[in-house]
Amino acid sequence: MDISASVLTYFLIPAVKAVVVVILVATAAGVLTYIERRTLAFLQVRKGPNRVGPEGILQFVADVVKLLTKEDVVPAKAQHFIHFLAPVLVMVPGLAVFAVLPWGPEFTMRIPGLGKITTAWYAADLNVSLLLVLAITSVGIYGIILGGWASNSKYALLGGLRSAAQLISYEVPMGFAVVSAILMARSLSLVEIVEAQRTHQMWFILPGLVSFFLYFVSGVAETNRIPFDLPEAESELVAGFHTEYSGFRWAIFFLTEYANMITISAIATALFFGGWLRPFPSVHALAFLDVVPPVLWYVLKVSCFLFVYIWFRGTFPRYRFDQLMALGWKTLIPISLTNLVLVALAALGGFRGLRILGIVLWGAAIGAFLIVTRLRAAKPPAAKTAPASVRARAAEA
Amino acid sequence: MGTPLAFLPILLMMMGAVGVGILLLGLNALIGRKVRTVRKLSPYESGMPLLDDSHKRISVKFFIVAMVFILFDVEAAFLYPWAVVFRQGGWPVFLEMLVFVFVLFLGFAYLWKKGAFDWD
Repeated sequence: MDISASVLTYFLIPAVKAVVVVILVATAAGVLTYIERRTLAFLQVRKGPNRVGPEGILQFVADVVKLLTKEDVVPAKAQHFIHFLAPVLVMVPGLAVFAVLPWGPEFTMRIPGLGKITTAWYAADLNVSLLLVLAITSVGIYGIILGGWASNSKYALLGGLRSAAQLISYEVPMGFAVVSAILMARSLSLVEIVEAQRTHQMWFILPGLVSFFLYFVSGVAETNRIPFDLPEAESELVAGFHTEYSGFRWAIFFLTEYANMITISAIATALFFGGWLRPFPSVHALAFLDVVPPVLWYVLKVSCFLFVYIWFRGTFPRYRFDQLMALGWKTLIPISLTNLVLVALAALGGFRGLRILGIVLWGAAIGAFLIVTRLRAAKPPAAKTAPASVRARAAEA
Repeated sequence: MGTPLAFLPILLMMMGAVGVGILLLGLNALIGRKVRTVRKLSPYESGMPLLDDSHKRISVKFFIVAMVFILFDVEAAFLYPWAVVFRQGGWPVFLEMLVFVFVLFLGFAYLWKKGAFDWD
């Protein structure tokens, strides 16, 4: 390979991709805030933002302009440098992860003046992509703790501490869930994991039903989203770790939260939902689905997860902190360890083993669902009675 | 794919992110309002005058969680390379990891019994 060609493959194309991705992700996070507000409004039977631009689509542009003109208040007693460092430390890993997300396969295109160029819908395909994702996203935790600590405010400090405890607690089941996906694909490269789902002729959601569930629940906790948004529980901690942040420093925390939601959804798609592959990649009868380009499949799947995120927010109340810790350590970790052993056992049996595990898991899940709904339908809901303490007080009065 | 050059895009992406961060924060500092008052710059205390320092002693629970996390995350790190290669090894490799996970589970059960995961 001559030098100009390697400069092109290793520097110019990645540089262009990096710029495009950073801009796209920042915009997507903005648009996502608008979509979230509209969807929440829809779930709560109200209108939501609908004034700026057609149907309010330009709301996020107005918000960015507003935030840019806001005062950037740094409390007098704060650690100034760390207070500035924290949002950057949250944002850089949040955006850097997007380098390895596999949005689509390799493709060849013709650029005038350069000839044919084969490149891909991802900036980098490493043999340790998945490890890199877990490593880089963990760095964001530092930003949150440092932000909470440097603010020199009680609420910020408490929010930061809680956040640290929550994020590291849910790293563990997430790590184990990811290992079970690696067991199935036998690779740490996200591109190879997606391709493995073609050779296995099934999405890994089939044998990875429990793993996916563990991954997504931990993912929601990792992004500090409702019902796990304890670091910023408004009703108890004012605004948690970013109480003392305003202007664009605050906006960076906010945008990164949405960027992280996209990351979690994208990884879940790549690991368990066949990445850019169409549904049932081996069934020829469904070949007409190939009309939809791979990238669109990926975006479509990721959008579904993002909708689930918003749906959660519209549906679930917040956990209490002890409940959160109990769920993480006493429920998710034992389940994830058991699941890991099960998946390993199935993976020993190769394609057939995984398929059997998938059928058993889905059979059990569907069976349990049918039994529960039958029981609910057969038995009318018991009349609600007040707890004993309330009844005693009512009797006294 | 495994060469150091393959990591270059990630470095570029980080630089892009830092660039965007500095650009936006700089813009904010440039065009944002600047009206500083003593009250505004004091830490938030729900409108009350600030009573004491906010860096107080921290509940030991947080330290325990952090230590337990380090244990479990290191174990998980051992599992990544194993998960990639274990199918070549077959049953012996699987059984070895089963022993490993079992020992991990014993420690987990001990911590549970000691109440490391109870939060009150």
